[in-house]
Amino acid sequence: MFQYSVRRILQSIPILFIVLTLVFVVVRVLPGDPAVAALGDYATKEAVEALRIKLGLNAPLWKQYITFLWDLCHGDLGTSAITGYGVAAQVRKVLPHTLELTVFGIMLGYVFGIPLGISAAVKRNTFVDYFNRIFSLLGLSVPAFYLGILLILVFSIQFPLFPVVGAGEFSDLASNLRHLFLPSITLGLLMTAYITRMTRSSILNALREDYVRTAQAKGLTERIVLYKHVLRNALIPIVALGGLYAVVLIGSSVMVEIVFSRPGLGKLMVGAIKQRDYTTLQSVMVIYAIMVVIINLFTDLVYGLVDPRIKYR
Amino acid sequence: MTATQKMWSAFLRNRTALIGGIIAVMILTVAIFAPWLAPYDPLSQDPYMRLAPSSVKHWLGTDDFGRDILSRIIWGSRVSLIIGISSVSLGMSAGTLLGLIAGYYRGKVGNLIMRGIDVLMCFPDLILAIAITAVLGANLGNLILTISIVMTPRFARLAHGIVLTLTESEYVLAARAVGVRVPRILRHHILPNILGELLVAATLWVGVAIRLEANLAFIGLGVQPPTPTWGNMIKQGVDVLINAPWISVYSGLSILITILSFNMLGDGVRDMTDPKLRGA
Repeated sequence: MFQYSVRRILQSIPILFIVLTLVFVVVRVLPGDPAVAALGDYATKEAVEALRIKLGLNAPLWKQYITFLWDLCHGDLGTSAITGYGVAAQVRKVLPHTLELTVFGIMLGYVFGIPLGISAAVKRNTFVDYFNRIFSLLGLSVPAFYLGILLILVFSIQFPLFPVVGAGEFSDLASNLRHLFLPSITLGLLMTAYITRMTRSSILNALREDYVRTAQAKGLTERIVLYKHVLRNALIPIVALGGLYAVVLIGSSVMVEIVFSRPGLGKLMVGAIKQRDYTTLQSVMVIYAIMVVIINLFTDLVYGLVDPRIKYR
Repeated sequence: MTATQKMWSAFLRNRTALIGGIIAVMILTVAIFAPWLAPYDPLSQDPYMRLAPSSVKHWLGTDDFGRDILSRIIWGSRVSLIIGISSVSLGMSAGTLLGLIAGYYRGKVGNLIMRGIDVLMCFPDLILAIAITAVLGANLGNLILTISIVMTPRFARLAHGIVLTLTESEYVLAARAVGVRVPRILRHHILPNILGELLVAATLWVGVAIRLEANLAFIGLGVQPPTPTWGNMIKQGVDVLINAPWISVYSGLSILITILSFNMLGDGVRDMTDPKLRGA
């Protein structure tokens, strides 16, 4: 396991590197001059030129690229030409809000999704199963922001139980959790739908295996067959695909942050696009990419734990 | 019974696929005949009917310019479906081509293509789409291009996976043995066999594409107002959510039903065609 982990961690380094390069390329291809964007259309040529030099935009592209990587290695995300703030400080301020939102969403998904999926598979073609299938198809179809709006309508406007705007302070736990409730339920419902569906089909697949028939034939109780034989094997695809859905959920968190006006990476990114703030856009993309690479790494490591065969490949 | 007849009767018996298919066809019909079906001009304003709730005159109410919501939803279906269907078609063509090549020429070329695909998949769909739209600018053509770029890696991976198993199959080996050239093998022996699975995925992913478009529109990166799209209607509705919740609710409902119908259709057809999943 140790060897496998080390190999897998080393493998993510080149991927991360290429992803960073992609971010650099995409953002630098952006039409429009960041200096003009920062100063406005009526700025004098001299002022624009001065800012271009200050931002390092006159250097050749390869040199800008090296600087970009070098600064990143030092945790320096640059200074926004629009707001004048250091981007790293801004990211540090909002990142915890995004993390708590997505982590809670993912956790809710697993806590509710796995039992729901098991019950649907075991009580196949009964009312429970139909309910679950309709629920997960709905969850698979609904856009995150629409679900958020519906929750706001019911729980903030019709019954004013939860706040709609902001994220609360971390120092005030009660307020923080109250602000977190609806947004994380939004993500949690989506994740529950994904996990339920996946658990159901992966258990149905495992139920058809020969070793299950053997276990039943030798007279084990249904309970033991289910938990020791079926679930153990059904877990493998759940872990593998769970990582994939966690990545989807990070995308949805952008929408949830916007609907609930929550401070966070998504809100920062969309704000940056509207202001043509390239430094911030680039940095936020980098942070998202790092998050995804970490999730993929984590998924593979857990995968190695639940499926010992993986390690020897 | 011929194979087509068999498929058709299986389709009619699969309730999920049937209901999804019927709704999807209805929505397509609405989009095509929008000018004749919409009771009002989607852009015409009526200052005396601002934020009116649903009534006999305006079934789904009006927005803050007094425009008829039903007419706007009917017209908005065009943008969603055009973007959804054309970006998935483009993504499917590009992705399948890449997947075929990578699956058949393993080694350097195949590796290079698939690593590129991996990198693109390192971003959540929406974040990649937001970044590309920000680069290209938001209009109909660019949105189709953006979403097809996001769709391409999915199809490439799917096609690649199937091709890998197919190239080992006996009929492909036989074709190679008698000296059939590679492009012909890909076109005549491999493509027809992966098409079914790709089309099922495409049906499911039209829903994903429509949702991406709605997300972008809600952020303000979609087709720009005054052209009605479901996403930008929800966005406008959110500003008056307390006084006129119907604007967002009905526009969102149209998105939900549309995506749901494609998901049901794709799901049902997959259950029908894949014997392993039958009943699963």
